[in-house]
Parts: sequence; structure tokens; C-alpha cells
Amino acid sequence: MQKLISSLLPVCTVAICLILSGCGMGESRVESGNREGILHWGNATEPQSLDPHIATGVPEHKIITALMEGLVLKDSTTLEPIPGVAESWHISDDGLIYTFYLRKNARWSNGDPHNAHDYVWSWWRALQPALGNLYAYMYFPIYNAQAYYEGDLQDFTDVGVKALDDHTLQIQLENPTPYFLQLLDHYSLFPVHRPTVEKFGTADERGTRWTFEGNLVGNGAFTLNEWKINRYISVNKNPHYWDAERVKLNQVYFYPTENLTTEERMFRAGQLHYTYEVPVDKIAVYRQKKSQELQISPYLGSYFYRFNTRVEHLSDKRVRRALAMAVDRQKIADQVLKAGQVPAYAITPPNTMGYYPQSNLTFDPDQARALMAEAGYPNGQGFPKTEILYNTQEEHRKVAVAIQQMWKDVLNIDVVLLNQEWKVYLDSVANGDYAIARAAWIGDYVDPNNFLDMWLCDGGNNRTGWCNPDFDQMILEQAPKAKTHAERLKIFTQAETLLLEDMPALPLYIYVSKHLVSPSIKNFPQNILNQPSFKDIYLQAPDTAMSDITGKETN
Amino acid sequence: MLRFAIGRLLQAIPVLLIVISVTFLLVHSAPGGPFSADKAVPPEVIKALEAQYNLDQPLWQQYLSYLGDVIQGDFGPSFKYSGRTVNELIAAGLPITAELGLYALLIALIIGITAGVMAAIRPNTLQDYIPMSGAMLGICMPSFLLGPLLVLVFGIYLDWLPVSGWGDIPGDKILPSITLGAAYAAYIARLSRGGMLEVLSQDYIRTARAKGLSEPLIIVKHALRGGLIPVVAFLGPAFAGLLGGSFVVETIFQIPGLGRFYVQAAFNRDYTMILGMTVFFATLIILFNLLSDMLAIWLNPKLRQQSRGDS
Repeated sequence: MQKLISSLLPVCTVAICLILSGCGMGESRVESGNREGILHWGNATEPQSLDPHIATGVPEHKIITALMEGLVLKDSTTLEPIPGVAESWHISDDGLIYTFYLRKNARWSNGDPHNAHDYVWSWWRALQPALGNLYAYMYFPIYNAQAYYEGDLQDFTDVGVKALDDHTLQIQLENPTPYFLQLLDHYSLFPVHRPTVEKFGTADERGTRWTFEGNLVGNGAFTLNEWKINRYISVNKNPHYWDAERVKLNQVYFYPTENLTTEERMFRAGQLHYTYEVPVDKIAVYRQKKSQELQISPYLGSYFYRFNTRVEHLSDKRVRRALAMAVDRQKIADQVLKAGQVPAYAITPPNTMGYYPQSNLTFDPDQARALMAEAGYPNGQGFPKTEILYNTQEEHRKVAVAIQQMWKDVLNIDVVLLNQEWKVYLDSVANGDYAIARAAWIGDYVDPNNFLDMWLCDGGNNRTGWCNPDFDQMILEQAPKAKTHAERLKIFTQAETLLLEDMPALPLYIYVSKHLVSPSIKNFPQNILNQPSFKDIYLQAPDTAMSDITGKETN
Repeated sequence: MLRFAIGRLLQAIPVLLIVISVTFLLVHSAPGGPFSADKAVPPEVIKALEAQYNLDQPLWQQYLSYLGDVIQGDFGPSFKYSGRTVNELIAAGLPITAELGLYALLIALIIGITAGVMAAIRPNTLQDYIPMSGAMLGICMPSFLLGPLLVLVFGIYLDWLPVSGWGDIPGDKILPSITLGAAYAAYIARLSRGGMLEVLSQDYIRTARAKGLSEPLIIVKHALRGGLIPVVAFLGPAFAGLLGGSFVVETIFQIPGLGRFYVQAAFNRDYTMILGMTVFFATLIILFNLLSDMLAIWLNPKLRQQSRGDS
């Protein structure tokens, strides 16, 4: 028996080794993908829904933009509106009437003709409160859309959306809205295929199966092929798409790569062309290797701290400004975040539609101490116990620790850190149950309005208790009526100056998007919305690219 | 045996009822709702959503209607995954988690019993110390460390096996099964060593030796059956534990099993999903415990007599 057992171990070892060596990896998924035009895309999470009027997350956004398309698209570099389903459009001189001329060759993925009536019906659906569309506010620039959504108006024909004929759609706006064309490329304004939606339930019913594998009919460059829960979603090139000839990819696989570390390993093992994120501790490694795969670019998102102005000692704007001036943002960006984040001294990221916020906020310890003394806390004496609340995540903790230390060094005040799980944190902030809370805002569209209208007195995302009627007047009355772009930007500058003067929020840094991108992905420029255009992307293995270049040179 | 099984199943009913009630209360009293989001959610939307999922009813009514649905085997719709039911999501994840659990258990049994028996045959020698130190290491090493280590060696440096997936690329089931099985292998090794040591010192083994039976025959035919009773008793809870505790391995290896749903459900406050999964796992644990008890009775004549005597 002993002999038997002692001989068992080496036998087992040899057997396992044989099995393992038999499994030696041949061609990787990326290599075969390059050959067959199949893109393998890390997409963070399993999508909650692929219904454009229900979905809300960024991962959903990526898949939906492959499957569906709006009236206009955005140039993937400049983000300027370019023709989508509408081949051209006309804007009235007063900026209130938009007339879209739809392509005659636009088709749904089942071959059905796609026309202007689809938009009227789809937008009616999107504004049904029972549907629970979180992005309904994207429709509010349209005349009467908000009144209809809130039930003040019953008849949808009074809303400013009309199909003048099969291929002409007219939209009337409440006010001139320079960013309106951009909104049309947001998935919440995408059309849906009426017969399919109605086949699986009523128009305003949530959670029907019309977006499932085998059911979904879209109008985008790709069609839904498979939806394997928590495994992948694959989309195939849509032969009925109006611009099908230009689409080079045959398939895209979206993987719900929740774990960043696993995603990075998948990339290294050639299982992914693109990662949704890069773990912070890996950035230095890729930088050291001078890797071309690491791509970091500015992202239209702002990281800031909210001050709860209803808390007594934080209701004094001198205290808020002193706290803001005592933070060395450059140090946080360089030594804590380390991925090229840009220190922010205003809420709106610079160069948002040509807008550069003017800020007099700097890192100024002397001025900060003076303000604090003026407010009744000389050398931090008597400053009440204050908490910084953040949702549980390592990066937020690091930033909070750095700020805690800076406030101690500069102002001699002690603050405590409090972390809460995401949903608990959301509840605390929404209920005003905090003193200082970490926050962020990611732009839905490229316009300063998107970063400023959240600070309106009754803005649902304000959550600081700060209210300045002058600010509201500028954003709600003056900016929409501005005659020129320059005049509009000037109003925003004034509004943001007012905001920074009162400082209900402490700007910290502008986000960057961080990805690992296979060198075989071509025609994939980065933009500040981090929005890919799958119809433009193509794949070319690096060695093929080399031979192509050599070929061209010899020719 | 039948009466024993029926009795145990009847006992399970109040246990399940308590599980449902406590989970229901805990889930509903946790701060943060299923529909809270980073961006402000308009009150119209909250109202529409709450109405759709019956959250606008008083809590006791929600509880009763949930109970009614569960009795019929309906766990309700998932709050997060629009259009999917909890039953459907469990059905999608269960075969994968069960397959992973089964492979892990097989690996654990083969390695564990071999190591345990080897150690028991020659206690307090190198043949005992080496596998038992390995077992201690296996018990101590968490899967979130072992998994990435295996991936790094076999997936990245040697490039022998895929680093993630389940059934997508040939060989992608090997590393997750080993990772999940390792801790259990270690535990089984210790259990079988203990069981075997006890049995090997019994009189009937001495009698067998005195009769001149060969050592392999004594081990395989006489000692194993008794020596492995602790392992058999452990099998039920182990398999249930493998099913319920595989979420770390599923996350590391990007496996679309049940564990990932469970963890995400808690983060998303997907009430029906949390409840459904908890009830499902509770039922599984009860069933597997019952099965392993029945197996232990069948293997052990003493217990068999006791259970007869009881009934």
C-alpha cells in the first residue's frame, strides 16, 4: 500500500503536467479577433437594460450606441455633430425650430423602413412617467416636453415634435439650446422599433423582453447576436444599416469585466483588445515599460467635495473658501492620483465647448488662515468637529486622507473621515446627512450648462442647501436668451464666478479616462466624452500594419 | 431512514420561514434603496418604479405577497436586471456554479483523501508532515491569493491556461476548479487523516493484521469505510459551501455563476434577488446536510441502529 501511494504522487504530477501542457495556448482571442474582425471589449458590468429609455450606465451606453443611432452622430475626435439617421438639418434663425431630413435608405435591422414617425412615437414613449426614464430631463429643451412629462399637459400633439412627412421631422424648442444637437446623440433620445416594443408589452411597460437576444430590433451599425448573462454580449454587423459599407468590424464582444485586476490580466493574456479601466497601481508599471497600450486622456468629469451649507459652521462662505484654499491640488494630482488628473479650481472642466472658467481660487495657505481667523477660528481654535464623507473606495480614501492632513497643516483643524457603502452614502448625501461629502459629475454633453445647472436652488443634484437667486437667473433666464455663443459663455463665466465666490463645492480635479488599448485597434481617437465610434473602428494586427507600411513605401 | 428524512424535511420548514423573515426585514431596513442613484431621481420616476415592484404597499403586505410567491416557487422579478426574473438568473448561474463546485470537490477529494491516508499510514514521519503542512498552507491561503498566483504562473508567465472565462476557451475551467478546491482539499486531508488514525487503532484492524491480511487490503477494504465517515459528513456542507462561497473565485476568473449575482445583488439593493438567492442557498444547505447525514448513517452501522431506535 505504501508503495502504491508513494508511486501515486509522481504519477498524478506527471498526469497533471501532461494535461496542462496539452492545453498550451495557441492563437489568442485578440489574434484571432484581428484576423476575423472581431473586437473584444472590456465593458465593466453586466448591463441592466438595453432599452435606451430605461438604461442609465456608461457600460449600457457603449452597447446601445453599437445597436442604435440617433438623428445625429458625433465626430469621434472633435465631437462636432455629424449626420446620423438625419442626412441634413436646418435650424431657424431664432434657434427654436430644427428641421431634420431623414435618410431614405435608413432601415431597422429587420429591414423595416425607418422614418420620422418612429421618432414621434419613441419620444412619446420616453416621456411616459410609468416607464421610469431617468433621462427624461434630456427632452426638456423641447417645447412643452417637461409640462407633458410632469402631467401638466395631456395631449402629446402639443409637444414640439412633428413628423411633417415620412422623412421630415420638425422639433420646436422652448429656448435656443446650442447643445441640442449633441443631445440627439445621447441614447435617451434614440428611437425604438414600435412593432417590437409592442409585441412584448405595452409602450410604457418596464422590463419587457423586447431588448433580449433574438428580439431586439435596432437601427445602428450592429445587431444584437447573443446576450449571455454575466458572460458576454455579442453584436454582429448590421447589413441593413444605411452606412453598412463603412462598417469594418464583423463582430464586437462586450465582457462584463467587473474586477479591474482580472481585466488587466485578461488584456495581458490577449483576451481583450480594450479595458474599461486600468488599476491605479498598474499605471506606473505600464509607464515604466513605456507601453503604447496605456492610454490616458482627459475626461469630461469633475471631482469635488460638497459643503453642506445647512451645517452651521459651513454656512459661512469664508470657512468654505478657507478650506478650499488650503488644499494643494497639484500635490494630490501628482502624489496621490498619479494618472495625469488635472487640478481643478472651478467646477466646469476647461475647454468645455470653448468655455474656460475664470477662477481666483488658488492654493494660498496665508489667505486661508486669514479667512479662517476672520470667521472666528484663529489658528483653527474652536473649529467644530467636521466629517468628510466618501463612498468606500481606495482612491477616495487616499484623497480624503491627503486633504485631512493639508487642513491640519495649514489651518490646524481636525477633521474625521467617514466612509460608507455606495447606497448608504447616496442616501446620506441626498438627505443632507453630512458635513463635507466627496462627489463627482460626469458630463452628459459637452456644454458648461451641464456642470452649472446642477447648482440651481431646486436642482435635484445640488444637495448642498446653497441657493443664490442671481445664479438661477443667469442660468435659467439669461444664458438661454443669449444672442451669440460668446455672450452665452460670458454669462456662464459670471455664473461660475458667483458659484466659486460662494463655494458650496470645493473643486479638486478633472478626471482622466484610463484604458489599455491593443495596438491593433485602429481609427479610434480619444475624446473627452470617452465615446467610441464602433462603426469607424477597425482591427489590424501590428505585424500586418508593418508590412502594409513597407508595402506602401515600396510602391 | 425514510421517517428520519421526512422528519428533517418538516423541521426545515420553520427554518426556512425564519430565514425568509429575517432576510426580508434586514434587506428592507438597510439604508439606501434599489432605485437610489448618483444623479437625482425625479419623484415621478420613484413613484412609477415603486408601484411596479409593489414597494408602495405596506411592508407586511409586501411580506405576505412575497411569501405567497415563494411558496409557489416564484422569486419575483429582479430590480436591477430589467425584464429578468430571479428564477431565470438563478437558472442561468446555477449550472455553472454547480459544475465549478463539482470539479472543485472532486479535486478536493482526490488530493485530500490521498494526502490524508498517506499521512495516517505513517504518522509523525515525513510522509505525515509534508502533506499536513501543505494542508495547513491550503487552509490558510485564501482563494483571492491562490487564484491570482495560479493565474500569474500558468496564465501569464507559462501561458499554458486561460486567465479567465468558463467554457469559452479550452482549459479555462482548470485554474478556477483548483483554486476553489484547494482549501477544501486541505480540510479533507486533515479530516481523513484524523478518521483513519482512529480507525487504524481499532481492534478489528488489529485482528485483520493478526490474520495476516495484506496492508493495502486492510486500508482499502476495512479502514477506509470507517475512516472516511468524517469526510462524508463534511461533504454535504462542503458542497453547499462551494456553491455559496464561490463568488471570490467567480470574480477572479470572470465566471458567470451564482456567486457574482449574489454579491452584486447586495450592492444594488436588488431586494428580490438577495431574498431569492438567500432562500435558494438556505434550501440547498438544508438538503445537502440531510443527504450527507443519510450517507453517514448508511456508512456507520452504529448510527444506523440509533436512527432505527429513534424511529
